[in-house]
Amino acid sequence: MSETSMTMTKSAPVDRTGTPLVELRDISIAFGGIKAVDHVSLDLYPGEVVGLLGHNGAGKSTLIKCLSGAYQMDAGEIFINGEKAEIRNPRDARDYNIETIYQTLALADNLDAASNLFLGREITGPGGFVDDARMEAETRKIMGRLNPNFRKFKDPVMALSGGQRQSVAIARAVYFNARILIMDEPTAALGPHETQMVAELIEELKAQGLGIFLIEHDIHNVMRLCDRASVMKNGQLVGTVNVDDVTDEDILGMIILGKRPGE
Amino acid sequence: MTQTSSATRQDGASPHTSAIGRFLRATEIDTRLLGMIGALALIWIGFHLYGATFKGFGAFLTPRNLWNLSVQTASIGIMATGMVLVIITRHIDLSVGSMLGVCAVVMGVVQVQVLPGLIGFGNPAIWIIAAIIGMAVGTMIGAFHGFIIAYGKVPAFIVTLGGLLVWRGVAYLITRGETIAPLDETFKLLGGGPYGAIGETGSWIVGLLGCAGVLWLLWNGRKRRRSYEFPLRPLWAEGVLGTIGCVLIIGAVLVVNAYPWPKGIVRQYAKANNIEVPDGGLFISHGFAIPVLILVAVGIAMTVLLNRTRFGRYVLAIGGNPDAAELAGINTRLMTVKIFALMGLLTGLSSVVASARLGSATNSLGTLDELYVIAAAVIGGTSLAGGVGTIYGAILGAFVMQSLQTGMVLIGFDSAMQQIVVGSVLVFAVFIDTIYRRNLK
Ligand SMILES: Nc1ncnc2c1ncn2[C@@H]1O[C@H](COP(=O)(O)OP(=O)(O)O)[C@@H](O)[C@H]1O
Ligand SMILES: [Mg+2]
Repeated sequence: MSETSMTMTKSAPVDRTGTPLVELRDISIAFGGIKAVDHVSLDLYPGEVVGLLGHNGAGKSTLIKCLSGAYQMDAGEIFINGEKAEIRNPRDARDYNIETIYQTLALADNLDAASNLFLGREITGPGGFVDDARMEAETRKIMGRLNPNFRKFKDPVMALSGGQRQSVAIARAVYFNARILIMDEPTAALGPHETQMVAELIEELKAQGLGIFLIEHDIHNVMRLCDRASVMKNGQLVGTVNVDDVTDEDILGMIILGKRPGE
Repeated sequence: MTQTSSATRQDGASPHTSAIGRFLRATEIDTRLLGMIGALALIWIGFHLYGATFKGFGAFLTPRNLWNLSVQTASIGIMATGMVLVIITRHIDLSVGSMLGVCAVVMGVVQVQVLPGLIGFGNPAIWIIAAIIGMAVGTMIGAFHGFIIAYGKVPAFIVTLGGLLVWRGVAYLITRGETIAPLDETFKLLGGGPYGAIGETGSWIVGLLGCAGVLWLLWNGRKRRRSYEFPLRPLWAEGVLGTIGCVLIIGAVLVVNAYPWPKGIVRQYAKANNIEVPDGGLFISHGFAIPVLILVAVGIAMTVLLNRTRFGRYVLAIGGNPDAAELAGINTRLMTVKIFALMGLLTGLSSVVASARLGSATNSLGTLDELYVIAAAVIGGTSLAGGVGTIYGAILGAFVMQSLQTGMVLIGFDSAMQQIVVGSVLVFAVFIDTIYRRNLK
C-alpha cells in the first residue's frame, strides 16, 4: 500500500435517518451440520460502504450470496427500501438492481470481455440476434473509464491477467446501473496500482449514492473506504462499528477475539 | 502479470512473424480449420493414389465417389451439429443412433401403414406429415433425456447410455424386427438418388447464391466494423477470403454436375418424358443431392444459433463456467432440456435422410451412429472439457469420418479392419487435439 492510501479522503457522514437501502434481518443458512451464517442482521444506506470482515470461513461470502440470489437462506428476511424482497435466484436480485462481484469472479473463461459483461443481458438487434459489435463498442466505452489500459477485447478472458479479469467483473456490475453493489474481496488478486484503481472507483460509486457491501481483508483499505465495518466469526455477527469511532486495533481485536471493543 | 502465449501472439507486433503467419493473422483464418482441411486433403489424395497404384484405378477423386461421399455424410453431419452443443455444455449423448432407429420406424409405420388408410395411398402430404411426426418424436425423446439430466441430476452419460438400449428395444417392439417398405416416393427424394438431386441448373443457382452470400457476409462484416471504428482486415485479405469461398463453392458445383445419371435411369426418364436418346447417350447431371442441401441448411442455421443468438451464447457460457452462467441469471437446467430436445430434433431430421436413402425403415437403422457423430464433433475441434466447439468443424469432422470409411471400402478393407482404423483415428485425433490445446496455453 502506498502512503497516500492511508490519508483520509472521506466525504460527509452518511445520513442514516431514512429507510435503509438494504436490511438483512436474522439471516441463517446451514450446510449439513455447519451453521455458515447464524442469525445475522445488517443494514446498508444509500451512499454508504459497509465493510464485512472476518477470518476465512467466517461466513461472509455465504451471507452476501443470500442477498445476491446465489444461495437460498434457511431463515430470515431481506428488505429493500423498506419493502420485503423475495430473492430466490440471481435473476430476482438483478431485478432489485443488486449487482455482485464474486470472490471467484464468475466469468466464463472461454468468452471475451463483452460476452461476459453482457452475459444474461445481451444487446440484441433486429431479428433478436445478439449485436456483438454494439456490445464490444459499449465494453470499450466503459473499459475506457475503468481501466484505460485494457486492450484485449477479442481474447477469451482466460487469456487475461488477474487485474484485467477483475476489471471485467467490475465493469459488469457497474455498467447496469446497480443501486446495491456487493464486492467480495475485489482487490485480493490485484497489485497496488490496480487496488488503487478499485479504491477510487468505490469512492466514485459511493458519491453517486450506491450502497456497497465490501468484503475486504486489508484493514487499511477498510479504514479508508468504509463508513461502517461489520465483523463476523463462526457464522455469527460479532458487531458493527462506525469506522471513525474505532482504531485498526479495535477491529483486529473483533476479528481475532470475537468481541466488541471494551467488552 | 502473466499472460498466455496465445494472447501475446495475437498482440502481434513481432518483426519475426513469417509470411504465412502474417497471412493467417490478416485473414483471421483459424489454424485449426487449416489443419482439418489438410487432413481431409491428405485422406482423399492418399486413398486416390493408393487405388491408382495398387488397384490400377484411383476411384476416390471421381465425381461419382465425391457425390456419394457428400450424401453419406449428410446423416452423420446433421446430428454432429447438435452434438457440438451437447458436448460444449459438458454433456454427451450416446443414444442418437437408437433414437434415429425409433424415429425411422415410427415414420415408416406412419407413412406405410397409417396414413394411406387415412388420407389415401400416394397422397402428396404423406411425406411431410411423416417427417414432422418423426422429428417430433425425436424432440420429445431428447427433451425427456434432458429433463432427467437437468432436474433428476442423473449424468448425461448414464441417461443416454440407458437410452441407447431402451430406444433400440422400443424400435424393435414397434416393428417386431420386420423391415417397413416401400416408403413414400416423395419421402424417398429426401435421401438423395438421381431424382433426389436438384440437377445442373438448380446447382448453379444454389452455387451462385452461395457465392453471393459469402460476398455479402464479408461486405456486411466490414461495414459493421467500420461503423464502430474497429480495426479492419486489409482489403487484399477480404479479397482472398472471398475468392477462396467462391472457388470452393463453384468447385463443388462443377463436381456434382460432372456426375451423370446412370444409363438405366436416363432410359427410364427418357421413356417417361418421350425424349429421344441420342447415340452417345444423354448426359443428365445429378447436381447437389437434397440431403446435402439439408445438411448445408442445418449447418447455417446451427451456426447462426450458436454464434448469433442468446441461446447459443448461453450454451457457450454454460460450457465455459456453469456456475458463472447460473449466477448471471441463466436458467441452466431449462437450457439443458432445450439442448437435448434440439439434439433429438436433429436426430429426427437425420432419421428422415437415412431412412429415405435406404428406401425402407428397419429397427437397426443408425446402429453405431453415436460413435461416428461424437467422433465427428470431437475431430472437428469440440472439446470434451466443454466450452469450445464449432459447427463447421463438426461437419468437416463428419466428412473426415465418412471419407475414411468410404476410402477403406474402395480399397477393399474388410469391416473388421475399418473398425480398427476408425477407432484408432478417433483416439489419435483427440490426442493431437490435447497437444494443440496444451501448446495454446
Ligand atoms: N456450498 C457450500 N456447501 C457447503 N459448505 C459451504 C458452502 N458454502 C460455504 N460453506 C461453508 O460455510 C462456511 C462459510 O464459508 P464462506 O462464507 O465462504 O466464508 P468466508 O467468505 O467468510 O471466508 C465455511 O465453513 C464453508 O465451508
Ligand atoms: Mg469468502
